[in-house]
Amino acid sequence: MAQMTMIQAITDALRTEMKRDENVLVFGEDVGKNGGVFRATEGLQDEFGEDRVFDTPLAESGIGGLALGLAMQGFRPVMEIQFFGFVFEAMDSIASQMARLRYRSGGKYNAPVTIRSPFGGGVKTPELHADSLEGLFLQTPGVKVVIPSTPYDAKGLLISAIRDNDPVIFLEHMKLYRSFRGEVPEGEYTVEIGKANVVREGKDISIISYGAMVHTSLKAAEKLAEEGIQAEVIDLRTISPLDVDTIVESVKKTNRAVVVQEAQKQAGIAAHVVAEINDRAILHLEAPVGRVTAPDTVYPFAEAENIWLPDENDVIAKVKEIMNF
Amino acid sequence: MQTQILETIEQQFKTLQILNEDGEIVNEEKVPDLTDDQLKELMRRMVYTRIWDQRAISLNRQGRLGFYAPTAGQEASMLASHFAMEKEDWLLPSYRDIPQLVFHGVPLVKAFLYSRGHFEGGRYEGVNALMPQIIIAAQCTQTAGIALGLKKRGKKNVAFTYFGDGATSQGDFYEGLNFAGTYNVPAVFISQNNRFAISVPVEKQTAAKTLAQKAVAAGIHGIQVDGMDPLAVYVAAKEARERAINGEGPTLIETLTYRYGPHTMAGDDPTRYRTKELTDEWEKKDPLIRFRKYLERKNLWTQEDEEKTVEQAKDDIKKALKEADQTPKQKVTDLIQIMFEELPYNLREQLEEYRKKESK
Repeated sequence: MAQMTMIQAITDALRTEMKRDENVLVFGEDVGKNGGVFRATEGLQDEFGEDRVFDTPLAESGIGGLALGLAMQGFRPVMEIQFFGFVFEAMDSIASQMARLRYRSGGKYNAPVTIRSPFGGGVKTPELHADSLEGLFLQTPGVKVVIPSTPYDAKGLLISAIRDNDPVIFLEHMKLYRSFRGEVPEGEYTVEIGKANVVREGKDISIISYGAMVHTSLKAAEKLAEEGIQAEVIDLRTISPLDVDTIVESVKKTNRAVVVQEAQKQAGIAAHVVAEINDRAILHLEAPVGRVTAPDTVYPFAEAENIWLPDENDVIAKVKEIMNF
Repeated sequence: MQTQILETIEQQFKTLQILNEDGEIVNEEKVPDLTDDQLKELMRRMVYTRIWDQRAISLNRQGRLGFYAPTAGQEASMLASHFAMEKEDWLLPSYRDIPQLVFHGVPLVKAFLYSRGHFEGGRYEGVNALMPQIIIAAQCTQTAGIALGLKKRGKKNVAFTYFGDGATSQGDFYEGLNFAGTYNVPAVFISQNNRFAISVPVEKQTAAKTLAQKAVAAGIHGIQVDGMDPLAVYVAAKEARERAINGEGPTLIETLTYRYGPHTMAGDDPTRYRTKELTDEWEKKDPLIRFRKYLERKNLWTQEDEEKTVEQAKDDIKKALKEADQTPKQKVTDLIQIMFEELPYNLREQLEEYRKKESK
């Protein structure tokens, strides 16, 4: 066991998989000699050579096409989109091409591509760096979407993503990169894609969350406990596909739920989680399922992040509203 | 000064022609080294494809085929360029490039199933090809990736991709060429300039006087050829392939060609945007006419060869159509099962749901 930041855990996962499987290729803008703008790929080019870890021209769509083509030649591409706000440039190559390759070839071809990309607010980035766009890919058949919130999960989920034989979008919250350390085992281990994690047990209400909002929800849960409300906090870890079993099991126990996301109310995945709960556990609900989200505006100018992003007070208020419904 | 630079660039991209409209050799030193059998086979493929196109249009009108993008006029551009490919080379076609797919080894029945919209139409066995690409120019960036893969694997093979004139306005066209150039990979990009992207003439795509010169922006080889001349198209593709496997990087080939028919059979009426005179003018350049004259002069092609090819094509089409009719109908459970290696919960549930429906 070592104490690692999430970014170190990510590098460790990449190194582990590159050692294990020579078909794993890492490429993107500045991921080679520079080691990535966040140092996620630091040292990998020195260790594995330019043939395995390489820079690309500055063109996200081209990177996506390159990944699909390399996958067709039996490689296991791990491509990076420098910031997920730039995904629109690669939307066709991801949503219309690699997500559909298995299907449109009648199951003959597949795209074992992992798309790594940072996102997330709270670090005052410039425009279109921090936007939460994961919801777009919940609506895209053919891709999985993974969002870790701890160093342990980041490593185990990234290894699973790389080994998956279908495309996986692996979103890394920038605020979580170096904000804390956690225990990370050495060597290889996996965390199953599509499995949520109950990170705090409780009996009164289920708080369902992912990404940085998991930590916000945990903070809120601690304060709520002081007031006698025992919240159960679920870290979804994978947002597509959802772990509906874990969600429903928790709701059946607590009879109340709040979904917490950093994305705008009209975006993200909260509406989908609410719909699944309504479909599967409505007779267990004492109150409607609440949502904590950002407002439906464009992502804020840097100085307005603190008033715009959901925080633990928003979670506390919503939980109390649902408790007192 | 600027005008001079533009003219200097354009002069680097003069049209390569070997066979004129009368089937006469006009460029002796460029005549490719093809055997008599190869010349006959190329003619056979072009005639076959012309008949197939005629049949496909009529079958589409009868409702026996679905989506179809006519090919008549482009036989030299499509088949002579494909003739330069080796079996192990990779083919990334656009939606119009079905003939190359079939001559690369995809059974005709698959082409018909693709046209109708059946998943079996995209499932190829033992053929190095992707399905026809609908998103214009997406195949360009994928070609760069496949070619990089071939290079990394140390294979002496090449990735060939096809697209039209309109596609050269897409970002993915430029990105694909540029990536291929950056990594110096074995790729051949073939822009079939049939002068119209649906109704929009090529002059409205770009102010560039040739499409071949767009290679300059990527720092790669570019060549413009008479796309109605099978020998010129073959030579350009063959030379591009040789450069590619010799590690000299990718090439952009522009073939000057014309589609006699509509853009697709989905209601496009080319008389709205093209004059009869223009079509007549291009019909005089027909690749079949000039190649037939060339081969007849060499005593390599007879009326009998022609008729035999026509019969063969009609026969194959009839058989493939029957095979397509006999292909089991698609079920939702089929579609679910080709989504992922392991189905996520939602699809597992829906699979059960549709299994019940389908068993009723």
